[in-house]
Amino acid sequence: MNKIVSKEHFSANVVKLEVEAPLIARSRKAGHFVIVKVGKTGERIPLTIAAADTEKGTITLVIQTVGESSRKLCELNEGDYITDLVGPLGQATHIEKVGTVVCAGGGVGCAPLLPIVEAMHKAGNRVIVVLAARSKDLVILEEQMKANSDEVIVMTDDGSYGKKGLVTNGIEEVINREEVNLCVTIGPAIMMKFVSLLTKKYNIPTVASLNTIMVDGTGMCGACRVSIGGKTKFVCVDGPEFDAHQVDFDEMIMRLGAYNGLGKK
Amino acid sequence: TDIPRVHMNELDPEYRSHNKEEVNLGLTAEQAMMEAQRCLDCPNPTCMNGCPVSINIPTFVKQIEKGDFLEAAKTLKETSALPAVCGRVCPQEKQCESQCIYTQKLGKEAVAIGYLERFAADYERESGQISIPVIPEKNGIKVAVIGSGPAGLSFAGDMAQRGYDVTVFEALHEIGGVLKYGIPEFRLPNQIVDVEIDVLRQMGVQFITNCIIGKTISQEQLQAEGFKGIFIASGAGLPNFMNIPGENLVGVMSSNEYLTRVNLMDAANPESDTPVFMGKRVAVIGGGNTAMDSVRTARRLGAERAMIVYRRSEEEMPARIEEVKHAKEEGIEFLTLHNPIEYKGDARGRVTHMVLQKMELGEPDASGRRKPVVIEGAIEEIEVDEVIVSIGVSPNPLIPQSFSGLDVTKWGTIVVNQESMQSAVNHIYAGGDIVRGGATVILAMGDGRKAAAAMDADLKK
Ligand SMILES: Cc1cc2nc3c(=O)[nH]c(=O)nc-3n(C[C@H](O)[C@H](O)[C@H](O)COP(=O)(O)OP(=O)(O)OC[C@H]3O[C@@H](n4cnc5c(N)ncnc54)[C@H](O)[C@@H]3O)c2cc1C
Ligand SMILES: Cc1cc2nc3c(=O)[nH]c(=O)nc-3n(C[C@H](O)[C@H](O)[C@H](O)COP(=O)(O)OP(=O)(O)OC[C@H]3O[C@@H](n4cnc5c(N)ncnc54)[C@H](O)[C@@H]3O)c2cc1C
Ligand code: SF4
Ligand code: SF4
Ligand code: FES
Repeated sequence: MNKIVSKEHFSANVVKLEVEAPLIARSRKAGHFVIVKVGKTGERIPLTIAAADTEKGTITLVIQTVGESSRKLCELNEGDYITDLVGPLGQATHIEKVGTVVCAGGGVGCAPLLPIVEAMHKAGNRVIVVLAARSKDLVILEEQMKANSDEVIVMTDDGSYGKKGLVTNGIEEVINREEVNLCVTIGPAIMMKFVSLLTKKYNIPTVASLNTIMVDGTGMCGACRVSIGGKTKFVCVDGPEFDAHQVDFDEMIMRLGAYNGLGKK
Repeated sequence: TDIPRVHMNELDPEYRSHNKEEVNLGLTAEQAMMEAQRCLDCPNPTCMNGCPVSINIPTFVKQIEKGDFLEAAKTLKETSALPAVCGRVCPQEKQCESQCIYTQKLGKEAVAIGYLERFAADYERESGQISIPVIPEKNGIKVAVIGSGPAGLSFAGDMAQRGYDVTVFEALHEIGGVLKYGIPEFRLPNQIVDVEIDVLRQMGVQFITNCIIGKTISQEQLQAEGFKGIFIASGAGLPNFMNIPGENLVGVMSSNEYLTRVNLMDAANPESDTPVFMGKRVAVIGGGNTAMDSVRTARRLGAERAMIVYRRSEEEMPARIEEVKHAKEEGIEFLTLHNPIEYKGDARGRVTHMVLQKMELGEPDASGRRKPVVIEGAIEEIEVDEVIVSIGVSPNPLIPQSFSGLDVTKWGTIVVNQESMQSAVNHIYAGGDIVRGGATVILAMGDGRKAAAAMDADLKK
């Protein structure tokens, strides 16, 4: 049981929770995630650790409501308890000084991007963040990103804020104007697929953080498997970050739809 | 010796194929006492050599014969932490019962040791008079257990009885390891495991769930917290796949995923948020206990056609004979001497067909089993909407990857001294599937006992 110490709404369906979890706060690194289960009949869902405070012994989760399980979590309030929470899971992000790094986040993918932006910036990189959302009220974490990077470009599908266009337009603008040494992308699978196609064209090394369906998150079930360069890998233990140019995104998108229309959701 | 071996009372196959009620109903007191009469109380009880924890078989059987059921349960508990579990899931026909004088010398069916063990343990539990072992004064020494499967639980029980301060760390949100997430309700009801765990709690064992050693807490932190001894019982959790085309299609999954969804997450229950496929034509690849558990589960979740696909013949199947018999009664089809070589799917990526290569038996291989060889050109395609791959598991890599100083084989198992279960690091012991790669409940428990005895001796030095 982990207590929620604070709750904040980032947008209508994106919530930030600060949760008591001293052991996880102490051992987590950028890129790590946790598995959360709400209630006795709840589902185990993976969520990135967006931030941690070792002194307070808390971790921060940013959750977008997409279905039943994320909704249950977002409905919890300050003072409530999360039934089960385990982590930190996955491999930490490889942080290194490479020069200029473009960090491209779409939708709720901006939350897991934040600790990576922070770490990359601390390591001495020039960090340019491209935040993409459908419209103005869905743009999150802009201030936090600004505080930890050299530049933030906001893209909205409808042009209601920042520039009108897709995340790929924003990235291409940077590529056209200066040398980019690394791209990190987190967001919906379809978005990461197009980012990957774009950076491949320009030969820019790219890391994608994959958000597959998971059950245990410890390498036990294989629900999270993806094809990387033709080889099967488990996202929860081998990832969640992989060389985007090796990822079979079409297969991943297909597998993400596995339980659609099963009645339960 | 003229009394015939007792038959287990079972639920009707048609009825039980639609629910998760336990298939074996247990023996009545009369049946148990009658069966116990068959035991000859051999002066040299060979049956005990077949039991990995050397349960005092003639003693407990004769206590049952006299009607001293609670005494029989006590005898069992002297050497086994989980008799109600072993009485249900031990491959008795390969262990104790295979060494019984009836099978060895008399050419008759063995005394039903497993059934009797289950009877005594169930009787004790149902009587509400569970004996909690008397705990000596606590010695204040802290020991840690990694993993709450049978190896970890038996170690914890033995160390608590010796006065240690025992903490069991478990990665999942439930205690019990495979007993909870793997073996289904219809074979081992969770409630039976919970009662045993409760006894350990009453003995002072502490359980910490949702805690992954090597991730949440490191090896160094464990030591810093004052744990003087560590027992690694992290099991074999990593599912193997065959790496054939189409294996990542939607609807193809490991038996671990399937059984975890159904058993640990209760996914077949409409109240549970976790989804699970309920295929109509389900193929399970493999011939072990896990495969039988998966295929019988699929049947219960509504499969009209539930098939075992196994590349050798039935004779080579590693599953317990009882499981194979029960599966057949429940209408499971056995496609032996068939091996999948590809899965095909529809436009949405859902599996629709499996392509099978027919096999025949050739010369015996290293394991002594006749090796399946391909019959050229004999290929068959069968319609399926769900495939469960159950071709074995590998040791859980979390601990070998995150602990320093351990000696690990190329298969990922931890190397220990066979007698003491001590690893290459002095105060770290290991047992169960993480050492054996994949074995049985009772072997895992035996390891836990051995490790407890050795660690105790070492810590008292
Ligand atoms: C390593 C990792 C880190 C993640 N970090 C975060 C995070 O920090 N914040 C956050 O909000 N979410 C994160 N996710 C995604 C999150 O786990 C899913 O949104 C959640 O499991 C959905 O559960 P649900 O029951 O609410 O929705 P469901 O009912 O399961 O799904 C609703 C819809 O969402 C789609 N969907 C299901 N799972 C995913 C998924 N994993 N990613 C994208 N779409 C999905 C389904 O296809 C369906 O259409 C992460 C996923 C992974 C694997
Ligand atoms: C479906 C199925 C059916 C079976 N049927 C039978 C049968 O009929 N008869 C029989 O004798 N055997 C059977 N077996 C085999 C038997 O269950 C195993 O041999 C036995 O459970 C091994 O016990 P263990 O204690 O070594 O590990 P497990 O039972 O695997 O338990 C290991 C536990 O450790 C936890 N863990 C792992 N890593 C960590 C970590 N880093 N930190 C904290 N916790 C961790 C895991 O979550 C797990 O709960 C079956 C196995 C399966 C999968
Ligand atoms: S524990 Fe298993 S092997 Fe030992 S006597 Fe009981 S059933 Fe037989
Ligand atoms: S060998 Fe068979 S008959 Fe002899 S003591 Fe053991 S169970 Fe009884
Ligand atoms: S979530 Fe089960 S193996 Fe990755």
